[in-house]
Amino acid sequence: MKNLAAGVPHKEYLFSGHTACPGCSAVLTIRHLTKVLGRKTVFVITASCFSIIAGQPPLRTFDLNVFHCPFPSSAAVGGGLKRGLIAAGDSETQVVVLAGDGGTFDIGLQGLSAAAERNEDIIFICYDNEAYMNTGMQRSSASPFGSQSNTTPAPRIKQNPKKDIMAIIAAHAVPYAATATIAYPRDLLAKVEKAKNIKGFRFFHLMCPCPPGWGIDSDESVELSRLAVETGVFPLYETEDGERITITHRPDSLRPVEDYLLRQRRFSTMTAADRQKVRDFVSRKWRKLLAAAEATI
Amino acid sequence: MTEKIITGNQAVAQGVRLSRAQVVSAYPITPQTTVMETLAEMWAGGEFGGDFVAVESEYSALGYCVGAAYAGARAFTATSSHGLAYMHELIHWAAGARLPIVMSNANRAIGAPWCIESDQTDSLSQRDTGWLQLYCSSVQEILDSIIMAFRLAETARLPVMVNYDGFYLSHTYEAAAIPEQKEVDLFLPSPPDRPAIDLDAPENRHGLVGSEAMHRLLSVRYQATEAVLAIYEEIYREFALRFGRRWPAVEYAGPPGAQTVLVTAGGMAQTVKSFLSGPGRGEALLRIRLFRPFPADGIRKVLGAPHVARVVVIDRNVSMGVGGIFAQEVKAALQGLPKGPQVSELNVSGGLDLSPDLLARALEAQRPEGEKINWAVNLL
Ligand SMILES: Cc1ncc(C[n+]2csc(CCOP(=O)(O)OP(=O)(O)O)c2C)c(N)n1
Ligand code: SF4
Repeated sequence: MKNLAAGVPHKEYLFSGHTACPGCSAVLTIRHLTKVLGRKTVFVITASCFSIIAGQPPLRTFDLNVFHCPFPSSAAVGGGLKRGLIAAGDSETQVVVLAGDGGTFDIGLQGLSAAAERNEDIIFICYDNEAYMNTGMQRSSASPFGSQSNTTPAPRIKQNPKKDIMAIIAAHAVPYAATATIAYPRDLLAKVEKAKNIKGFRFFHLMCPCPPGWGIDSDESVELSRLAVETGVFPLYETEDGERITITHRPDSLRPVEDYLLRQRRFSTMTAADRQKVRDFVSRKWRKLLAAAEATI
Repeated sequence: MTEKIITGNQAVAQGVRLSRAQVVSAYPITPQTTVMETLAEMWAGGEFGGDFVAVESEYSALGYCVGAAYAGARAFTATSSHGLAYMHELIHWAAGARLPIVMSNANRAIGAPWCIESDQTDSLSQRDTGWLQLYCSSVQEILDSIIMAFRLAETARLPVMVNYDGFYLSHTYEAAAIPEQKEVDLFLPSPPDRPAIDLDAPENRHGLVGSEAMHRLLSVRYQATEAVLAIYEEIYREFALRFGRRWPAVEYAGPPGAQTVLVTAGGMAQTVKSFLSGPGRGEALLRIRLFRPFPADGIRKVLGAPHVARVVVIDRNVSMGVGGIFAQEVKAALQGLPKGPQVSELNVSGGLDLSPDLLARALEAQRPEGEKINWAVNLL
């Protein structure tokens, strides 16, 4: 077995003893990402599971400065913080905005789009657990077709596909946008390292399986992250300047989507026809991505 | 010092430039728009040395200020009416986070229906957010207030909203003295030249707390806000010494011993003043400039004097089911006086022009049975 930890910096910026659920892949992902970001980083955290995970002040989970902000305001507060730092004489410190899929795809989208269009010099991280988990699991526009939530209860499971946030962000021609998951830590860390050295607006879409929300066991979240990639549900790629697309992990062939779907209770009421729809959708998107990556070369 | 004929909105921009604001972020809305346009022009021409960000909404405009203030920078935004309402969540947040942001607001009615006329209900309905609020009555006062607001905000560590009447002041040209930069620099300390964030001593700021911590924070902020009455006193006196212009929290004008006192805020005070200077009038004016914290003692001192028999509060705003908002606050301030004056209300909400004629009629009018408020519309 490969040593996945090889090359991962030892320094920790996230303390143990925080209040995330057991097996939360979001916290695991962010923990690794901070290792690359390093000391000169300030986080802006919007309403989400991380409002809780960050700890009750004066206690703190991050060994980095954290500023909380209202739910829709994260990109604007991040942009303002960066400009404020520059005005006060610090042009080096990275401002990193952390938002869930709700804070990114839904309520934060207007401010996010504006910050991307203005090419604010910040890193915007969306950790995507595919629903509003902090308020107890309601659908977001990142929830996939066929999933259950407390606002899409069976049999009225979600009928619309997940919003393609990467395409939306890429359409702003931002310097850098990438997808990543903790199942591929070296890919994740390399992308963060790359983003760190780029100026302007940088975006991460991180797929973060959530045990209570998805109906998986707490020791399955990394495996599900890997399955999301191997089935083509969540391809690993990056786009630069909204044009150049690079697929950073290319499975020889995609595993059947059932390997991913059937592992999760949130998809338990999908019919075979529903799964066929997902299969078609995933392979169409994968082919499109391959073509776009091809066109880049 | 140079004297210039400028509008209220240009006065805001001049004040912001002279205050050396470091981050300005705003979104257009009538009648505020020329504030941000003037600042953009100054910024493009190098006259304004701060950062200027034209954002996609008022919500983000204040979001930028919150972020900039987190970093310790001096931040400013300008808005009006629907823009102010749209910021509401962040207005609370900025005060709770104790950020010394300054915002100008050109008072304008809020729809439905659409109406761009002057009405103070926009800022008065932000009354309970914890922002300090000033109401200006002239172009000069607007300019001076912006500079004073930064000093006040940074001393009290509370955000300040500088309000003035849309159109009546925002677009009216008046002569104003523009102070020299070096004079302003002596009054207002230079903006921070290093961030307020220590990378080696990280903090978790404004995250989730429980009820006891929240209660404690609110009580501390309440005390900090009350303390502003004394801080304001000091600041306005120093400003008067340096610049020769006095802007007290409440302004009294009229004959000593006047039996009737007209109370108002904002540009209407100018109308009342000129009306009262006419022949045969013996009433006085009390202008409320500082609205939060409310200078109840100062108001009580004037209106509670034994010779004051009648008080008429003129409100260009309304709280449905209660009445004019300044009137309610004045009545509360007079609560418990053994022999307080009769308080009546003249309401010109919606932007009605307070003409001398209307004032004369209001002072004569007997209110119809059961009516608490003289609606100007019934006097026209
Ligand atoms: C304006 C506003 N509306 C609603 C809420 C309540 N709220 C807090 S977190 C949240 C959902 C967050 O979902 P997401 O962004 O996906 O993050 P997650 O909780 O999944 O980590 C909601 C609806 C709020 N804080 N502010
Ligand atoms: S609900 Fe999901 S995302 Fe939130 S802390 Fe728990 S596991 Fe993590």
